[in-house]
Amino acid sequence: MNYHWNWWIFFEPSLDGTNTYLTTLFWGLGWTAATAIVAFAIALVLGSIVGVARTAPIGWMQRAGTIFVEIFRNIPLLVQMFLWYFVLPEILPRDAGMWLKQLPNAQFYTAAVCLGFYHAARMAEVVRAGLLSLSRGQKMAGQALGLTLPQTYRYVLLPVAYRIVVPAITSEFLSCTKNTSVGIAIGLVELTGTARAMQENTFQVFEAFAAATVLYLALNMVIVFAMRAVEKSAVIPGLGNRVAGRGR
Amino acid sequence: MKLKLLAAPLLTLVLAALPAHAAEESATLAKIAERGEITVGHRDGAVPFSYYDDQQKPIGYAMEVCARVVDAVKAKLGKPDLKVSYMAVTGTTRIPLLVNGTIDMECGTTTNNADRQKQVTFSTTNFVAGIRILSKKSAPIASMSDAKGKTVVTLAGTTSVKLINAANTADSLGLNILSAKDLAEGMLTLETDRAVALIFDDVSIAGAAATSKSPQDYQMSADPLSVEPYGVMLRRDDDGFKSLVNGTIEGLYKSGEINGIYEKWFTQPIPPKGINMNFPMSAQLKKVIANPTDDPNPDLYR
Repeated sequence: MNYHWNWWIFFEPSLDGTNTYLTTLFWGLGWTAATAIVAFAIALVLGSIVGVARTAPIGWMQRAGTIFVEIFRNIPLLVQMFLWYFVLPEILPRDAGMWLKQLPNAQFYTAAVCLGFYHAARMAEVVRAGLLSLSRGQKMAGQALGLTLPQTYRYVLLPVAYRIVVPAITSEFLSCTKNTSVGIAIGLVELTGTARAMQENTFQVFEAFAAATVLYLALNMVIVFAMRAVEKSAVIPGLGNRVAGRGR
Repeated sequence: MKLKLLAAPLLTLVLAALPAHAAEESATLAKIAERGEITVGHRDGAVPFSYYDDQQKPIGYAMEVCARVVDAVKAKLGKPDLKVSYMAVTGTTRIPLLVNGTIDMECGTTTNNADRQKQVTFSTTNFVAGIRILSKKSAPIASMSDAKGKTVVTLAGTTSVKLINAANTADSLGLNILSAKDLAEGMLTLETDRAVALIFDDVSIAGAAATSKSPQDYQMSADPLSVEPYGVMLRRDDDGFKSLVNGTIEGLYKSGEINGIYEKWFTQPIPPKGINMNFPMSAQLKKVIANPTDDPNPDLYR
């Protein structure tokens, strides 16, 4: 293959005229991390609410939760991104729509909210699975103690359920980070976007994507290690299969 | 003794023939001859250069120029039944596919610039685009200074980005610059008022405006901010193939055939929807046709 490798390309000035390509890649990494963190925070909170709703013994809450999950889980993320960015402002009242369009960094907010909702649907299933894995006696015991239903969830069910599903949450966080790359569809200049912009102008396609690969890998390794610490501190001695896994 | 006597003139003969032979030799032509197939890379939506018609067949101005090149290759190799295959490429895949030999040339809207010359080479310029500003007639933007403090959109990774950033810093315009990933998205950004101006190659934005819902709502700035020479993208260090391609294109220029091809794609209704680009030949392209060049320096095309 007659490819002209040039690793020094990272130190050449990028299209904005002031920063090097390496700097733009790190800016891209920053936007990726910021989008992933905000989106995952939304997913964690919203997903917990929906997950609880899906297990609650209240008919309309279960139905609402199911509708949320099925809508946001079954529409492709790319399509959702377009709907949030290009369609939502058009169906809102004109003033609200214009306000949304004029918002600085609109791509970032849109991408974070869109990803947040998408992963909230998946997170809801994780939380629901955790709640369903508990024995029915837990809930009955809570209620027998005179706790109300919200109190039972708050003090008895959720603390255990969350601990059980930490590994699943880790994996959701990782896929959320990787899914930020869909943001280029609406012009979010995250890591994949900067790598693409770099290769479009210089044609050093392998160098650009090699750098993006390394940076994604590094970011996800940081998440894996952080979540491993969370897993360790969340473990309940004697509960579930965590103890069996100790010997690894 | 006899052998030596014979060897000397033979050696001179071989030496004399060598440079001529080297010019003839081309890795690309050898590969095409060996496989009995030439592969043309094309784009899927670069109207009217290289795009799909309603039968999913790649057509367009650049494709027609390349068809002439293919004819020349057939003639050169003496293989009139040479198989021609087509492969769609994107902005990201065109480089790897060209350098690894999957495609033999790329016929689209690739700008010939100095940075890219380190990786590939380009044929004689076959189109000269200018970077211009497309805006809505209700909020016209005629120059960069009109966009001061506003949001503009361009296509990520293109020379337009460099140009806008330079103007933004030089004249402290305080622009908010959005990067769309492709033309369709850039046009949508302007259409939905997320940006007041779309800044990109004039022929592309003219096409985007012509195919939009209400073409009469848009206007294009008069003076180009910069010029962009387009060419057929080829592998580096293959002068034999490059001179064949250049010879073919320059032949079209000399015979005046290029005018017919140009009119067919730019001033007449084109398939599949019968849209007319209404884009008469620019003075810059006329200049190239009179004096063909493959230089990446935009200043030479002004």
